[in-house]
Amino acid sequence: MSATTDTHAPAQTASEDEAPRRSFLAQHESTIIGTISVAAFLFFWEYAVAAKWVNALFTSSPLRIINAGVAMVKEGTIWQDLATSGLEFGLGFGLATIVGVPLGILMGWYRRLNSVLEPFVNALYATPRIALLPLIVIWFGIDLGSKVAIVFLSTVFPILVNTMVGIRTVDRDFIKVARSFGASDRQLFMTVALPSTVPFLLTGLRLGLGHALIGIVVGEMYGATSGIGYMMAVAGATFQTDRVMVGIIIIAASGMIMTQMLKMIEMRFEKWRVDSRG
Amino acid sequence: MNTLATPKMQARGLRIGFYNERIKKRLNVLDGIDLSVAEGELVCIVGPSGCGKSTFLGAVDGLTRIDGGDVLIDGKAVTKPGPDRAMVFQHDSLFPWRTVLQNVVYGIEIQNSMSKDDMNDRGRQLVELVGLKGFEDHFPHELSGGMRQRVNIARALAPDPELLLLDEPFAALDAQTREFMQVELLKILHRAKKTALFITHQIDEAIFLSNRVAVFSARPARIKEIVTIDLPKERSLALKHENRFRDLQAHIWRLIEEESARTGLVTAS
Repeated sequence: MSATTDTHAPAQTASEDEAPRRSFLAQHESTIIGTISVAAFLFFWEYAVAAKWVNALFTSSPLRIINAGVAMVKEGTIWQDLATSGLEFGLGFGLATIVGVPLGILMGWYRRLNSVLEPFVNALYATPRIALLPLIVIWFGIDLGSKVAIVFLSTVFPILVNTMVGIRTVDRDFIKVARSFGASDRQLFMTVALPSTVPFLLTGLRLGLGHALIGIVVGEMYGATSGIGYMMAVAGATFQTDRVMVGIIIIAASGMIMTQMLKMIEMRFEKWRVDSRG
Repeated sequence: MNTLATPKMQARGLRIGFYNERIKKRLNVLDGIDLSVAEGELVCIVGPSGCGKSTFLGAVDGLTRIDGGDVLIDGKAVTKPGPDRAMVFQHDSLFPWRTVLQNVVYGIEIQNSMSKDDMNDRGRQLVELVGLKGFEDHFPHELSGGMRQRVNIARALAPDPELLLLDEPFAALDAQTREFMQVELLKILHRAKKTALFITHQIDEAIFLSNRVAVFSARPARIKEIVTIDLPKERSLALKHENRFRDLQAHIWRLIEEESARTGLVTAS
């Protein structure tokens, strides 16, 4: 009781004393500076094109990109591309999670299984999976299958390896405590190994996310009939720089949003980790 | 009389050795330990560093394999950990993803010996017993070192063990907190009516807490001497400044010094 009030009390009094004056500018300083910096950059970009310092055919410009985006929405093809890429991502990433997490747990828990699979995992983890694209297209064609496969291969290893490391690095002291209370192997696994692996698993998912986006874009550029990457490849080949830029923004935004979402989940699960070894 | 008949814990000629990879030889750690602890007694074990005190405690808990002799609890030989014993480890080792209450009831949960409601009631009682009422839903990282060690003790007491094994539980605490925790521990053990085996490096801690102090020899460890602490039953920190306390301290220190010198000689040659 007393400790909680103690820790919060100083902060409260401080804000009561100074809050009214310094609040908004001081609290949001970095956000404000960041916004101004981005706005200045966009303005400069637009101006540089308008003043003919650079050729819009190569650089595009913020207004052109917005116009291109609006046009693409009106044409309607963008929805088809988004749906295709989204489906590829969802299936590939989902499949990678379903396979990677249990396999990582098993490989972390059973030394023998690890010895069997480790050479393959290491070899594939070290290879840029993009290098497998020609082979994957031969096996799965240029439709959905090859993209799901490349997303799966890109994502499954970071998830698997991180989960495995999490299971393997369970604190020895925790194991001793559990054993001392007479925990069975199953209980040890459920009450110690699994919860202490959650942060590792989430890190694996976050790393996998980045790989998955690369897989989609490159996969679609290499050979596809629709999707954001395909749209960008076609637009690029016909010098529609504005449309390429729209594609880049879509990919960047979805990457940032999903990473942010996973970070929020991580923070929820890692609440107990804050200064835990301070 | 009754307690003399069957001690709570009895070690008879306990021998434990480990294979050392580096020198490719089997090293004896414990070389025939005989020690018995009566019900309600608190016995401290002291000895030179690395002499096998923790190994001994591990064997009593059933975590360490025994090579010879045996450990009896209420006359029955120990083969594995059981709900009649509980260990308080040096590092508090609280599960950081569990709240204080969830940590305290961990042992009950593992042993599946109570309904969920009873378990939580029991957990709350123990949190209160160790003086942490109001902190049930805090996470370990929000607590100080002394508070974490209280939770650690509560966790060991929760499944209601008859013998509490404490492996240098206060070693990581600062000197002041350590002294307060010593007083607290005596109160807690008195209220909970437990028998306890306590390992420590600190001679004053051993004397202050125990009915008897068992001094281990250097490795391979045997019992060098069992010192009966003839101090009043009611212990207060003021006791540490009395002459009798100092005499006992000097006596035990001399015993340990002799043993430490012996190891020094062994490693030098």
